[in-house]
Amino acid sequence: MTDAMKIGSPKELFAGEARVAMTPDSATQLKKLGYDCLVESGAGLAAGFTDDAYRAAGVEVVDSAAALWERADVIAKVRPPEPSEVERLTPAKTLISFFYPAQSKDLLEQSSRTGASVIAMDMVPRISRAQKMDALSSMANIAGYRAVIEAGSNFGRFFTGQITAAGKVPPAKVLVIGAGVAGLAAIGTATALGAVTYAFDVRPEVAEQIESMGANFVYLDFEEQQQDGAATGGYAAPSSPEFREAQLKKFRELAPDIDIVITTALIPGRDAPVLWTKDMVEAMKPGSVIVDLAAERGGNCELTVKDERVVSPNGVTIVGYTDFPSRMASQSSSLYATNIRHMMTDLTPAKDGKIVHNMSDDVIRGATVAHEGAITYPPPPPTVKAIAAQKPKEKAKELTPEERRANELAAFKEQTKFQVTLLGVGTVLMLLVGAVAPASFMSHFIVFALACFVGFQVIWGVSHSLHTPLMALTNAISGIIVLGALLQIGAHGFLVPLLSAVSILVASINIVGGFLVTRRMLAMFQKS
Amino acid sequence: MSVGIVSAAYISAAILFILSLGGLSNQESAKRAVWYGIVGMGLAVFATVFGPGSGKLWLVLLMFIAAAAIGWQVATRVQMTEMPQLVAALHSFVGLAAVLIGFNAHLELVAVQAMDETAREALTGFAAVLAHKTGVEVAILKVEVFLGVFIGAVTFTGSIIAFGKLAGKVDGKAKKLPGGHMLNAGAAAASFLLLILYVNGAGMWALILMTLLAFFIGYHLIMGIGGADMPVVVSMLNSYSGWAASAIGFTLGNDLLIVTGALVGSSGAILSYIMCKAMNRSFISVILGGFGATTGPAQEIEGEQIAIDTDGVAAALNEADSVIIVPGYGMAVAQAQQAVAELTRKLRAAGKEVRFAIHPVAGRLPGHMNVLLAEAKVPYDIVLEMDEINEDFPSTDVVIVIGSNDIVNPAAQEDPNSPIAGMPVLEVWKAKQVFVSKRGQGTGYSGIENPLFYKDNTRMYYGDAKGSLEKLLPHIA
Repeated sequence: MTDAMKIGSPKELFAGEARVAMTPDSATQLKKLGYDCLVESGAGLAAGFTDDAYRAAGVEVVDSAAALWERADVIAKVRPPEPSEVERLTPAKTLISFFYPAQSKDLLEQSSRTGASVIAMDMVPRISRAQKMDALSSMANIAGYRAVIEAGSNFGRFFTGQITAAGKVPPAKVLVIGAGVAGLAAIGTATALGAVTYAFDVRPEVAEQIESMGANFVYLDFEEQQQDGAATGGYAAPSSPEFREAQLKKFRELAPDIDIVITTALIPGRDAPVLWTKDMVEAMKPGSVIVDLAAERGGNCELTVKDERVVSPNGVTIVGYTDFPSRMASQSSSLYATNIRHMMTDLTPAKDGKIVHNMSDDVIRGATVAHEGAITYPPPPPTVKAIAAQKPKEKAKELTPEERRANELAAFKEQTKFQVTLLGVGTVLMLLVGAVAPASFMSHFIVFALACFVGFQVIWGVSHSLHTPLMALTNAISGIIVLGALLQIGAHGFLVPLLSAVSILVASINIVGGFLVTRRMLAMFQKS
Repeated sequence: MSVGIVSAAYISAAILFILSLGGLSNQESAKRAVWYGIVGMGLAVFATVFGPGSGKLWLVLLMFIAAAAIGWQVATRVQMTEMPQLVAALHSFVGLAAVLIGFNAHLELVAVQAMDETAREALTGFAAVLAHKTGVEVAILKVEVFLGVFIGAVTFTGSIIAFGKLAGKVDGKAKKLPGGHMLNAGAAAASFLLLILYVNGAGMWALILMTLLAFFIGYHLIMGIGGADMPVVVSMLNSYSGWAASAIGFTLGNDLLIVTGALVGSSGAILSYIMCKAMNRSFISVILGGFGATTGPAQEIEGEQIAIDTDGVAAALNEADSVIIVPGYGMAVAQAQQAVAELTRKLRAAGKEVRFAIHPVAGRLPGHMNVLLAEAKVPYDIVLEMDEINEDFPSTDVVIVIGSNDIVNPAAQEDPNSPIAGMPVLEVWKAKQVFVSKRGQGTGYSGIENPLFYKDNTRMYYGDAKGSLEKLLPHIA
């Protein structure tokens, strides 16, 4: 095992970052892929993983960051690397972490110059296959949950409505703006705590998801803008000024009633849109709470201050923290470490502790931002679309009574025409047959035609569920052919009676078998 | 018994048959309907045996007893899952009888024509009818005999092949000899030629040669039709057996045969029509075999099939309020209907709404699933057909798909290039959660990929349907 590659996780340098990219659990799994695991001493402490716990999982604890960067072939980290860390990269090394390549061009340049491969966990494409390594989603999930908890700790009342001996408590009203992963997690947490939850999103197709989580979707009476999330890989796109106005108007209506607002609206590659303006904050009741999950990108609320908790003049608390996942470091570390582990599984197809950088794989290609000295960002669009394109909503046209009557009349006329034509053709055919055929044939033929007619009338009424008994019954009845044989068996000679006898035998089997089976089947049909 | 009394008996029998078929409109009156059929048949046979024109009573009786014994054995022993085979096998008997009776009619005709005037006068029964025919009538008779034998022969071999396919004794895949439908067309054309020769005086050889050709058509036609189209095939053969009886009725101048044959024939025709409509295919395309040509590449399916274990299914079922079960041929193959019924009982006892959704072409016989569920004592009022239940899927918590594939394939609606595009399907994917009980990842009978299995709300519950359901039962609260 001396040639096995080593995966190492250093202590995060970013101030206040408590997460760690490798947990004792994930290390156990990584070892199954054939890797040796290293961790910097104290890296997991803030997340609740002691050095001893790592050692127990067979992870080698390294004293200094320098030694770890030196020895590990693959460095798994949470936050984007500091320039000092990038300097430690060499061509043979692979770095896996959040990277945000669009916002950190310089860092990307610097990294690519080292020749190392850099895999950005935030660039994993949003396709089903890659869900298990979608760290943005797993972190957003935690952020959404934590946002509600954070709101609760700043909110002076219950979430759930109660009627107690000491008085009646109304339930808290929570509005979640943006129903992405974080939004949905917040909705779930808020409803679980008993709050009356409302949610808004610019993509109408998420209404169903919102309602499935137990929240009320805030419908906007606006016709033009119907975004199809499928076109943008499931993310929201900027909306038109008119739509934005309609949206803000709706929020303004809601603001006085809402106790807690959780905003999660982000548009990829842009500053967060301002959706909760100063006047809305002013309209809210004192003691209300706003948690702005978009604070990192400027905030959805006009008054948000990044990384801080501020109180507005009218007593509304606005939380602008950007480190929600880090505030639940144990949980987020284990989820993030699992994401990393899944990424490693995809990178190690042979499970032999060797990274294979398959650049034709959509997921690996999409996440890799630097490889063999070149910048490989942005990736080409993935060959599979994340979400099936939305079908255009078909419009059920409201018919006016006049139109309906006209339609009915047309259908009636159509039907009459069809029947009359059929009858006409039938009569002509009958007349043609009658013109050439002798009378004895015609009498039988009329019987035949009538019987067909009766048959068609009767069989349409047979219930669908009785089709098998119907077949068995008609089968038995078609055994009536035995009459033919019975009429012939009296003939002289040998051959004719013999053939007749065989016919009687097979036809009678049909009759007896058919009727008995039909009875057996019908006896089984029971009402509840 | 006089001719008058026999005719009266025939009329009663015909009316009883009509009532019998009409009685199948609902489950309760159906139980009475069988008795109408049995009484009608009894009357008709009794009147014929003791009426003018019959004879050799001892032989008839012997045959009846033997047939009753065989019929009884077959009917009481057959498994409900084997019903399609049985129905197909019985059809072949009617076909065979029609062929033999047709031959007899020819032999009689030849014998009668060879006689002189005085001998003809002394004839009784069928021979006497023949003796009084004029030239044109004899020609018509010959056409009738020919038609009866032809349809009977096609029905005979066709049903035997259908039986073989349904019983798994013949490979279910569509197979054709080189030349395909041209062979059938050629054989049919040759038969028509023989008909002209026969009417113009050719002897027994024309009839026998045509019979062989018809045997070939029946064989080749059904060999060319795939297993998934069997419901149509069986009901089509059902129809043929009726028309064969009717043609023989014309030959013998027997109105009851004509009426009954026409009833059965139209019944089979309507069933075939219903089945074809349920698959959104024309009758012609089913008969010509195989699925129609596709117009372009099928839609790419994105995602993966996600498996789930017994605990997962049980947890979802225990939480659900409304459950719909969609059975298919796989349930019949695995003999899982009892386990399904037990699951239904348990869920219903827990106060959940459980219903069944039956697609018209589920199984290998029209109404196949209903019979299987009835056998397992699933109450029929919770077993609904497609049109009744399709709107309820969006408000359903859990759908369990057991051994069906094409009838729940969303590609029929979403992918215009799919071979089954436009076929009405059960919209199970609209439910909150779908479990698919399936043996493996294969594409099933028709070989069409099913995007349902890749949907986000679908979980695959792999394993033999019976085994997995029995594993599931103890976990249901």
